Amino acid sequence: MKARVHVMLKDGVLDPQGEAVRHALGTLGFSGVEAVRQGKVIELDLASTDKAAAEAEVKAMCEKLLANTVIEKYTVEIA
Amino acid sequence: MKAAVITFPGSNCDRDLAMAFEKAGAEVLRVWHKDADLPKGIDIVGIPGGFSFGDYLRCGAIAAQSPIMRGVADFVHGGGYALGICNGFQVLTETGLLPGALMRNSGLKFVCKPVDLRVETADSAFTSGWSKGDTVRVPIAHHDGNYTIDAEGLARLRGEDRVAFTYVENPNGATADIAGVLSDNRRVLGMMPHPERAVEEAHGTTGGSVLFRALMSTMALA
Repeated sequence: MKARVHVMLKDGVLDPQGEAVRHALGTLGFSGVEAVRQGKVIELDLASTDKAAAEAEVKAMCEKLLANTVIEKYTVEIA
Repeated sequence: MKAAVITFPGSNCDRDLAMAFEKAGAEVLRVWHKDADLPKGIDIVGIPGGFSFGDYLRCGAIAAQSPIMRGVADFVHGGGYALGICNGFQVLTETGLLPGALMRNSGLKFVCKPVDLRVETADSAFTSGWSKGDTVRVPIAHHDGNYTIDAEGLARLRGEDRVAFTYVENPNGATADIAGVLSDNRRVLGMMPHPERAVEEAHGTTGGSVLFRALMSTMALA
């Protein structure tokens, strides 16, 4: 079973890297990009075959390590 | 004073920190991150600067899961002192022993230069050698020193007089110019600037030694 975790900065937390990317896109002539937020995608291969259990476990991983919930939010997809 | 200094893979200020403690008169024990416990009888644990685990995932995030950090948490919860500098500050926020988080510098560049800090409180074992409002010149060297905390957390830090140092000129976008914060029992200090790199004439400035001497006098009284 595969899990995909998206980690993004929480709304309202300024993203200096996203802002730099937005600025660079403007320099390249891509006008009209009003905001860029940069995050991470983490893919996990899991031994589990129980979807609900896998999701609960990956959420626990996010809380403990994969995301810093002081500044980041996350979503978990199980496929 | 007996101090332990932890080394993680990728720490690079561990020796500097050990020497700064020794120069102030402390006995220093070096500890590897895989050790399960801190040495018995220490007064303070130092978590040094560097790039533990190559800053993978987030700065300090992997180091925060090292076996020794459980020992550090137990030590701190039992009233022990801890000093986290630069990467050490990042590790302490990642373990939840200090509030907030360190994000990428707002200018996106690694910043390496001496900066002036304002001492915001003299009410701690770390800062009692200064008066509130004093300035001290200490080097910074970091890519992720942009201290971030929500409005509620900031109000709490200010209300409890737990902002230890601010930057005179903000080099990294840190919330409220914050360079260092104290725990609620005032015994844990995390700071991005490097006082251990400002303890000898050869360093160009010796302002950091005030911190280590203040610690020494507190520990001697204890």
